[in-house]
Amino acid sequence: MFRRLYILLVFAWIPSIVFGQPEIQQAWQEEWILVEDGSTINLPEGIFHFTRTLSLEGKKKIHIKGAGMGKTILSFAGQIEGGEGIRITNSEGIRLEGFTVIDSKGDGIKAQHVNDIQFLFVEAKWSGKPDKENGAYGLYPVQCQRVLLYESKAYGASDAGLYVGQCEQVVVRKCYAEGNVAGIEIENTTHADVVENTVTGNTGGILVFDLPDLEIKKGGHVKVYKNKVIENNYKNFAPQGNIVGQVPPGTGIMVLATSDVEIYDNEITNNRTVGTAIMSYYVTEIPIKDESYNPYPSRIYVHDNTYTREKRWPILKNKFGKLFLLKFGRKVPHIIYDGIQEDISVSPSTGRLLPEYEICIYNNKEETFANIDAGNKFKGLTRDLELFRCQ
Amino acid sequence: MYVPGSIFLAVMVITFNLRTTDSYQWPATLSEWHLFEAPLAELKPSSGVIPYTVNAPLYSDYAHKSRFIKLPPGKSAHFNTTSAFVMPDGTILIKNFYYFIDERQPDKGRIILETRLIVRDQGNWHAMSYRWNEKQTEATKAIAGGSTDISWIDIAGKKRQLLYLIPDANQCKNCHNKNDLLLPLGITARQLSGPKEDNQLLMWQRNHMLSGLPEDLKMIPELVDYENESYSIEARARSYLDANCAHCHSSEGSARTSGLNLNYDESSPHSFGVMKPPVAAGRGSGGMQFNIVPGKPNQSILLFRMESDDPGIRMPEINRQIPHEEGIELIREWIRNMDDR
Repeated sequence: MFRRLYILLVFAWIPSIVFGQPEIQQAWQEEWILVEDGSTINLPEGIFHFTRTLSLEGKKKIHIKGAGMGKTILSFAGQIEGGEGIRITNSEGIRLEGFTVIDSKGDGIKAQHVNDIQFLFVEAKWSGKPDKENGAYGLYPVQCQRVLLYESKAYGASDAGLYVGQCEQVVVRKCYAEGNVAGIEIENTTHADVVENTVTGNTGGILVFDLPDLEIKKGGHVKVYKNKVIENNYKNFAPQGNIVGQVPPGTGIMVLATSDVEIYDNEITNNRTVGTAIMSYYVTEIPIKDESYNPYPSRIYVHDNTYTREKRWPILKNKFGKLFLLKFGRKVPHIIYDGIQEDISVSPSTGRLLPEYEICIYNNKEETFANIDAGNKFKGLTRDLELFRCQ
Repeated sequence: MYVPGSIFLAVMVITFNLRTTDSYQWPATLSEWHLFEAPLAELKPSSGVIPYTVNAPLYSDYAHKSRFIKLPPGKSAHFNTTSAFVMPDGTILIKNFYYFIDERQPDKGRIILETRLIVRDQGNWHAMSYRWNEKQTEATKAIAGGSTDISWIDIAGKKRQLLYLIPDANQCKNCHNKNDLLLPLGITARQLSGPKEDNQLLMWQRNHMLSGLPEDLKMIPELVDYENESYSIEARARSYLDANCAHCHSSEGSARTSGLNLNYDESSPHSFGVMKPPVAAGRGSGGMQFNIVPGKPNQSILLFRMESDDPGIRMPEINRQIPHEEGIELIREWIRNMDDR
């Protein structure tokens, strides 16, 4: 239903004003290069066609202000060069506001090494049904400090719609992600609040990942709260080889190998395979070569969430879907822990995780659980939550 | 107490902070630089403008290039083993991009498309491309880049055509980037040292263009000419990747976010891609799991991206539209012969 509405909206744009000449590319790019620090660049209403990346580099306090999401549209459908639609690098105090980027060949808007970057009412999307030929990320701040994504949107990204990677001090608030492989992904990022967003119709709703081999090694201190995580059951259309390609369709929230993550007060509804998954990097079965990398999740708190799920089969197009079908039938538990842990993290006397490594699950509505013991071929699979109460 | 002065100073500081970082005033035309004798299109260097060559050139859609350096009178560059030489204010680096009308018969003439300048001023480097006119009488600065249709006959007699793209001023810094500072790429020991018979750097030293050159030139790390088959595949491949990828793919370049480092001195096979999963490749992965699978070029993302002409997949992301057949063959051979590490 949502998707059909979207397609109608795409057609509804076509009658509006269309600009698209090399002159637009040159004129806008020249303005973005010559703009004095402390200025506002106003983007008029209309559809503007670009053939190359538009970039902003080495600037301070620039406000790029469109006429509104869906009113100022930058189309990169005819792009012949550049790994992203808009690229912002090595800058400070950049505010992007009120415009839409469509059909970039790579990522939608990438911001790298930008401190104090804000995306307000900004949208990145790809036309048509979600497709593996779409770009990887919609809105993509990477290695930035102090990042705000507010009332912004992403549709159709073949990796993550709203992707925050290797950043510090991040707020993602009141955003909307639909039809992406991952709706929102927080990766190797510290101190992030993901709050009051709606994610629906993605393969996975919200992902909090720590991955190996990156310059910024460790994420954590991530709070995911007051989000609506609804019906993220879309097929996984990520090109193989990308880590999100492993996310089971039907995933609400997934934590992978991150520490200090608190997930609370969320509405997690009708995600067919798993409401909340807590996983180590080992479930990916990718060999780890990075010696400084910690593949285990630790200090994870899942509480006061509301889980709802119609009695349906899990989605089978993934090893976890198949496993859950076998083990649980239609009564798939909402919260899944892979159970892969180091011996040193467990108290020999109680069998509980030591406080430094703890995983705590409490006070959720419809709190069903399974520790699937993925490290031992699922032999010790248990639905007993007792060891994860942390009281 | 001297209040007006401090207010003035405060205003100065604020104004300075709000100025754009690249405030270099570029002359509008190439001829204003007086780098070449008239007629400009012959690219005959003026006095003090010295041609140089690099060991492993960057591939740019089969364009031919000529390179020159101009140091301010009486000043010299200072040698550095690993990164760009330290050069004085007023240094100008010049690179011309052109195509022969027929590569089999260069005397039929050539078409110059752009001249890129990197200039050192007040302790910083600045970059700009000048775009040549059709009559080949002048080139004008192209802040926002541009494009030109070009066709030529290649060395095999095949007709080629291309919408040649001139980079905008920001794109210069995509590649010329070390920890967010613009830096020259070619004026390094590994690119300039050689050939063995008459080392270019010795000539620079003789002409008082270079100080600090070590006595034992063998100590200098050198990239090799990757087209010269007398070198090992390993040396050729690592030189190729260094020259064509490492400006971004190093721990100090634009692609540091990927964790893939292709500089020649990266010693960890995992870091230069062996069995390393991609990070943010999207459809650039081509459905494959690892950047390099030893012995299996067709399962290696690195090669897939070199072979692609799709802007969302191809590498390098800019300055390259036509796949570089010879480079692809070299890297294919390198991966095919690679031991299972």
